[in-house]
Amino acid sequence: MQYQSQAVAKPYFIAAIGLFVGQIIFGLIMGYQYVVGDFLFPEIPFNVARMVHTNLLIVWLLFGFMGATHYLIPEEAETELFSPKLGLITFWVFLVAGALTIVGYLMVPYATLAAMTGNDLLPTMGREFLEQPLITKVGIVIVVLTFLFNISMTVLKGRKTSISLVLLVGLWGLAIFFLFSFYNPSNLVLDKYFWWWTVHLWVEGVWELILGAMLAFVLIKVTGVDREVIEKWLYVIIAMTLITGIIGTGHHYFWIGTPEYWQWFGSVFSALEPIPFFMMTVFAFNMVNRRRREHPNKAATLWALGTGVMAFLGAGVWGFLHTLAPVNFFTHGTQVTAAHGHMAFYGAYVMVNLAMISYAMPMLRGRTANSGAAQTLEMWSFWLMTVSIVFITLFLTAAGILQVWLQRMGDTPMGFMAAQDQIMIFYWLREITGFVFLLGLVMYIWSFFCKKGEAQTAA
Amino acid sequence: MINNTRTSHEIHATPPGDLAIWFFIYAELLAFGVFFVAYAFARANNVELFNESQQHLNRTSGAINTLVLITSSYFMVRAVAAIKQGLSNSCARWIAAAIGLGFVFLAIKIAEFNATFATGISLSTNTFYMFYLSLTLFHFMHVILGMVILAAIMVKALRGGYSAENHIGVETGASYWHMVDLLWIILFPLVYVIR
Repeated sequence: MQYQSQAVAKPYFIAAIGLFVGQIIFGLIMGYQYVVGDFLFPEIPFNVARMVHTNLLIVWLLFGFMGATHYLIPEEAETELFSPKLGLITFWVFLVAGALTIVGYLMVPYATLAAMTGNDLLPTMGREFLEQPLITKVGIVIVVLTFLFNISMTVLKGRKTSISLVLLVGLWGLAIFFLFSFYNPSNLVLDKYFWWWTVHLWVEGVWELILGAMLAFVLIKVTGVDREVIEKWLYVIIAMTLITGIIGTGHHYFWIGTPEYWQWFGSVFSALEPIPFFMMTVFAFNMVNRRRREHPNKAATLWALGTGVMAFLGAGVWGFLHTLAPVNFFTHGTQVTAAHGHMAFYGAYVMVNLAMISYAMPMLRGRTANSGAAQTLEMWSFWLMTVSIVFITLFLTAAGILQVWLQRMGDTPMGFMAAQDQIMIFYWLREITGFVFLLGLVMYIWSFFCKKGEAQTAA
Repeated sequence: MINNTRTSHEIHATPPGDLAIWFFIYAELLAFGVFFVAYAFARANNVELFNESQQHLNRTSGAINTLVLITSSYFMVRAVAAIKQGLSNSCARWIAAAIGLGFVFLAIKIAEFNATFATGISLSTNTFYMFYLSLTLFHFMHVILGMVILAAIMVKALRGGYSAENHIGVETGASYWHMVDLLWIILFPLVYVIR
């Protein structure tokens, strides 16, 4: 660790991993509810489990991004954080607000929560992924603005690099597009239209800038390749991301009541969205092959390479699978979407966070890398989690294809629930694989406490 | 290189300009290429509609704009040739002329859009107009982006930022500008003329 204030990142990373565990547990609960519908009913109904599963994902990824930012910005800007204290305050406010929100989801019926938290003043709740009560949403805005102020001030007083610039644009974009979660027109078409400005322009827009910056940082550190080379790649990748991703929003506008030209715009532009992800994979492998040092943290390098590959497969290939309007006409809202969602989120955002944590956490604890034994354990966790996600994705894809076949094709298509009964076997397989994923996650956490072998301190 | 005087006929081992711009150019060409292919398929299914709607386009203004962009591209060739001889001011003047023709292109295009929109035509009128409007609007925005890039290079050239030895920036901008030109050379016959 080169700067004292980088230590602010540590609680963010710990909270991120803690919430990740919560996310997986709720995933397992709802995965079980897929096959045993009344499991934990009425305590935790399916819709609540799903809300907690997806909200925890988003919140822990945000904790990861914020931790990563606090860690990498001082090194990039070559200066201490503008205010480490502010960094810790935003951490605690965010954590408490997040925890209270989850408790609210679990303790009271959603409608009661809405009434308790002033949803009638400005109705923003009840929309997928943006279920948070108004006060939580306002809290998120305050936390993110405070965080951005702190980070922007740090960059302003220090060295300005491409990585910090791209990261800042991504983070500011994240804040700006979140504001659309407050806009809830009564026209359902407009509601969905702008809902995607938060949801799509996050994950297929500004988050990719954050991803690119974090990946570039880790690659510079573990490979020692010239900054100029990595920065040029970064610029080309983000340019492609924005060219394809912004108008690519159109692939959500096929069937919601928007004009027909979106079927063309959405299909053409989003069909090109795999390109920046493919470039990211080539980029990561290229940089590691041209490495000019052997960094002792092999696990972090593995995560960085894995991010490139899995983001391309999950976001790129599985996204392309159902992004063309004529295909999406059949697959819309089926398990194909769920398959894509799982691999894309894992491959892009989960893995880049784990890569960053894997690289930074040993540094924050005063060593260059964990011991060989700990790293072996961590690499096992990499393969367990990654292979599990691949299988979860394959099972859900199979379920989705079968679902489309039974429910949406032929002369006598089945009803939704009848079709669900037919694909039950895939839900069972998915649930079992989910436990393997949890095992991988436990091993990841365990690797940080592994006492065997000697930690490496030489740079 | 044995000969110290570089000429405009020099053969490049690598593409001129910054390699990164070529990734960008190929990405742009791919995006437009996919759109052109989509146009071809859509037309094949609606030949009559496409032929009928095409009659209402202003081929004269399209043809003039083709000449305008090709001439503008030629000016950029002269700008690159000038800087290779170390003539910064001459280079900047040629770029200014290229940008000037960019404005002419935009003006003609705006007049054409005005006439089209005045008849109540929009992206939702029919598939042909969807393609015509979106392709020309996307291209329009690329002309603007190209002009911004050229303007930045012109300013740097005026300040003496390039020389006979180091002028990769001018070549980078010229490469992008030629791409904008090339796209129009495909777009114009495809959408306005071929039937």
